[in-house]
Amino acid sequence: MPERGQLRLALERFLDHRLAVASAGVLALLVLAAAAAPLLSPYDPERTNLLLIFEPPSVAHPMGTDSLGRDLGTRILYGGRVSLTIGVLVVTVAISIGVLVGGIAGYYGRAADAILMRVVDMMYAFPRLFLLILFAVLFGGKLLTVVAVLGALSWMTTARLVRATFLSVKHREYVEAAHCVGARDREIVLRHILPNSMAPIIVAATLGVAGAILAESTLSFLGLGVQPPTPTWGNLLKDAQTDMAAAPWTAVFPGLAIFLAVVSVNFIGDGLRDALDPRHVTRAGR
Amino acid sequence: MHRVTSYIVRRLAGAVPLLLGISVISFAILKAVPGGPLAAYEANPNVTPEDIARLERVFGLDQPVHVQYLSWLGKLLGGDWGYSFATSQPVLAMIGQRLPNTVYLMGTVYLVTLCIAIPIGVLAATRQYSVFDHLVTGGTFMAYSMPPFWLGLLLIIVFGLQLRWFPLGGMTAPGATAFDLVDRLRHLVLPVTTLAMFGTAHYVRYLRASMLETIGQDYVRTARAKGLAERVVVLRHALKNASIPLVTVAALDLPELFVGALVTEQIFGWPGMGRLFWDAATRSDYPVLMGILSVSAALIVLANLAADVLYGYLDPRIRYS
Repeated sequence: MPERGQLRLALERFLDHRLAVASAGVLALLVLAAAAAPLLSPYDPERTNLLLIFEPPSVAHPMGTDSLGRDLGTRILYGGRVSLTIGVLVVTVAISIGVLVGGIAGYYGRAADAILMRVVDMMYAFPRLFLLILFAVLFGGKLLTVVAVLGALSWMTTARLVRATFLSVKHREYVEAAHCVGARDREIVLRHILPNSMAPIIVAATLGVAGAILAESTLSFLGLGVQPPTPTWGNLLKDAQTDMAAAPWTAVFPGLAIFLAVVSVNFIGDGLRDALDPRHVTRAGR
Repeated sequence: MHRVTSYIVRRLAGAVPLLLGISVISFAILKAVPGGPLAAYEANPNVTPEDIARLERVFGLDQPVHVQYLSWLGKLLGGDWGYSFATSQPVLAMIGQRLPNTVYLMGTVYLVTLCIAIPIGVLAATRQYSVFDHLVTGGTFMAYSMPPFWLGLLLIIVFGLQLRWFPLGGMTAPGATAFDLVDRLRHLVLPVTTLAMFGTAHYVRYLRASMLETIGQDYVRTARAKGLAERVVVLRHALKNASIPLVTVAALDLPELFVGALVTEQIFGWPGMGRLFWDAATRSDYPVLMGILSVSAALIVLANLAADVLYGYLDPRIRYS
């Protein structure tokens, strides 16, 4: 079956990228560590211990403790749960909206396309961080709000991508053939156009996760977004801003976590882009 | 040239409805936020409902929405951007006070970014697959994956707190009155480094990709075959054409000069536009917030327009078609 061949080929091309594969490993480790937080750490992330304030890294506390005596490593593990989950949720929302908008614009063209693309232009005109802050101030900092606001401000890239793909695929022969045979719009889109547009969507989704993790960290760093004492990587850095003179490790480790997550996701996205582009020839010649 | 003029006119025509749409959205947000201009009066128990009704008439708040919008728009274009809830100063004046500081910072970042990114991008492209190229590719990847606020904090810790080479924040030393170049430069280093990291990485990758594509073109091969010195080939022929996309991307980043980097300004205590927005946000000072938002959006639209026009002018395929 030709479809399986393509996937196999893409997988092989991906595995050629040692850096991408290594990053996939790193990311898997991060996700597993965050998910298995209660198993990995004997400490309670929110229990304070005023006798252990600002302990530098040691065997008992590999990443030191914070201003309330809480083990930093534990808070980073639990914080990873929130940050990574938000990253994935935001991308899900953004991709859903983006595919819908881009698909309609690309497939139906003309008026729908013109109107929807104008909306995209307008959304792009506002500086994202300012809007983010404005909406966070207006609607409060609960988890769902943060996800909704971030998702609502991130769908435009996907929409443009999907629209471009739809526009080009729309005119291929197999779509024309499907029309001739009498297939309905929905069938054509779902069975022919969408599967062939998956590659750029997957890449955009992966890179979108990196952007979402950064955006959520920025919001939490500013004090909007998820509120303490629930740890997220961003608000751990916020505490570090005041604590860093006394305890520099409070700034180093949470940021390192964000950095590792974002870097690995970016490398994976890069590898996926090369793997899924059938026209890209790697140096191995595949 | 007729082609270019009609291209520009079409672009301009497209920008106007966009600007109008932005103004409508801004107005809608302004109306939707809680605590309107009369909130202070409404909270005052000594103010009667009749007084409030009278105030409404005075401020024109009893008019239908579209009339309010038009008068708001008229005032906006005339320079009356309302007054801050927090300080009662005119919004335009507040923005005007902070804007030069942001332009000063972001302008420096812009220059530094371009001066570093162009040579590195060109060198990496001409030495593809070399150790240098791999370092550059990997390095830029990491640079733009780094959360800027983390980098800022790390720089403060290492260079400000531990080594004490640079001050911890602010634009000038507190209490300084005369213009001290060394002091200014010392205050610039850390924030500029933080901000330039991301932009440089971005531009290097962009230029490298663009150069690689250009170098593969036929006319470059011809130039080499003609026996021209490699440096001439690279700089005069390849770079000139490869830099067109970079110029348009750089033009798109121009609004950054005015909008600034909110988080970095907050970390370094820089008295700029980003910081103004943040302070206003913490105090729910909506007139200031909306003023900054509207001006940023308008600048972005104009920058897009400029980038489009620039591209239309620089790309010979459009200019001479």
